[in-house]
Amino acid sequence: MGRTRVPAVEGLFTTDGEPRLIGGRVPGTESYFFPKHLGGADPRVGPVELEEVLLSRRGRVWSYTTSHYPPPPPFVVTTEPYEPITIAAVELEVEKMVVLGQCVAGVTPEDLEVGMEMELTTDTLYSDDDRDYLVWKWRPVAAAEPGD
Amino acid sequence: MDEIAVLGVGMHPWGKWGRNFTEYGVAAARDALADAAVDYADVGFVCGAVTVRCGYPGYVAGSTFARALGFTGAQLASSYSACASGTTALQVARGQILSGACDVALVVGADTTPKGFLAPNAGHRPDDLDWLRFHLVGATNPVYFGLHARRRMDLYGATTDDFALVKVKNSRHGAHNPKARFTKEYGLDDVRNSPVVSDPLRLLDICATSDGGAALVVSSMEWARDHGHADPVRVAGISTVSPTYPDPVIDLPYLAADSLAGGTAATVGFKESIGARAYTEAGLGPDDVDVAEVYDLSSAMELDWYEQLGFCGAGEAERLLREGATSIGGRLPVNPSGGLGAFGEAVPAQAIAQVCELVWQLRGTAGARQVEAARVGITVNQGLFGHGSAVIVRR
Repeated sequence: MGRTRVPAVEGLFTTDGEPRLIGGRVPGTESYFFPKHLGGADPRVGPVELEEVLLSRRGRVWSYTTSHYPPPPPFVVTTEPYEPITIAAVELEVEKMVVLGQCVAGVTPEDLEVGMEMELTTDTLYSDDDRDYLVWKWRPVAAAEPGD
Repeated sequence: MDEIAVLGVGMHPWGKWGRNFTEYGVAAARDALADAAVDYADVGFVCGAVTVRCGYPGYVAGSTFARALGFTGAQLASSYSACASGTTALQVARGQILSGACDVALVVGADTTPKGFLAPNAGHRPDDLDWLRFHLVGATNPVYFGLHARRRMDLYGATTDDFALVKVKNSRHGAHNPKARFTKEYGLDDVRNSPVVSDPLRLLDICATSDGGAALVVSSMEWARDHGHADPVRVAGISTVSPTYPDPVIDLPYLAADSLAGGTAATVGFKESIGARAYTEAGLGPDDVDVAEVYDLSSAMELDWYEQLGFCGAGEAERLLREGATSIGGRLPVNPSGGLGAFGEAVPAQAIAQVCELVWQLRGTAGARQVEAARVGITVNQGLFGHGSAVIVRR
């Protein structure tokens, strides 16, 4: 009730409507980076300022795995006992760039295969008394609920 | 590339004691000096591989080790490049020697590691990818190993038993290594029954973090000859290359790989380029290699290296393993030391320890784990933030 939903880290993804990752691009090229301010190994970038672009919401599974043991801080463990998380590396449709993310709760390795279509969503990473801190997550397109 | 001589090697055993890392490094350094029969007063340059887990003395490892051995006015340097730190320390020493700045150099790396996962520095640091990957994704190091292992299963039909067989082989090797931390011989069922860490990898597929220390005494070929080392093991090639953009393979600690939307990937992948540079420097190729020490952060990663070092074609590593080619007694033994599976990783010491093992192998003094008639050996490793390294030694 009246809880504020904020990104766990500012500037990495949008939270209005359909969430998108905020990436960078070398103007006039198809050289994309994520996160914008920390991406970029392209030697052509030089002194050019990256332009901000919203990255495609869909992509295909490049690989996937789990963390069966609780990751150390700064990861915040929210379940007691700890529930293993599933992590997918998804190649974005347009940018042809593999991006890491947790999968939404309930997705296990048995639900995934390389090449499967995935979609970006947001979910609560952790909460405090009055705020939910959000992160991007991947979910199989087949499991997406209409209008969600 | 001009060669330098490895006059002496030394290692403190690997374990988990939580003592001051300096103690391990100094023990290794003294062993290496004794092995080289070199007077410490003749060392003109001390280069330390840095540990980031042991406070300021770890950041200035070169000075820390030199002070513990006694300050003699030798030149100092400290080197940090994640898991490749030991190799960059050796590379700096080679540069000093080949430039004529010194005749003899001491290279030392040691670490004391906490229990559990390696984790980023404390604090709220959203500008640090190493912090972001833990905070937002829970992406520990084994998560990346798991991604690559699953990829291998998908691309080449590798099985979890293939991965387990790497562990079984390396534990068989490590059982004969007095410097190793884990000397138990494991069977397939031990690996199969160990708990999942990062699917498809289990606890026994993944290397632990360890305490340890390793050291090398190196010199110019001329100094070696003039001081009774007629036929030393030589360093013939060192690689510390960065990836080449665009690299489409996601790796530690990044949240995203490079984009391929604007063109195709570099013709040689990052991991392949690490070995390639060392081969070029040495004027040698994969067919010349008799023995290899590769970074098995996970069992599956060892299989990747077989291909990335050119020992076989893509997707053929499992066959090489199952044929026994990479076991001691096979045509190209890999990780005769037992590898990281038997050692656990002591980050700044590990790349140096790989060279120590190859030196023992090339001298023919590796005892029960001796690879027959080894003349050329290669090490390879990989770390965070685009760091990786390879060293070729020959005799």
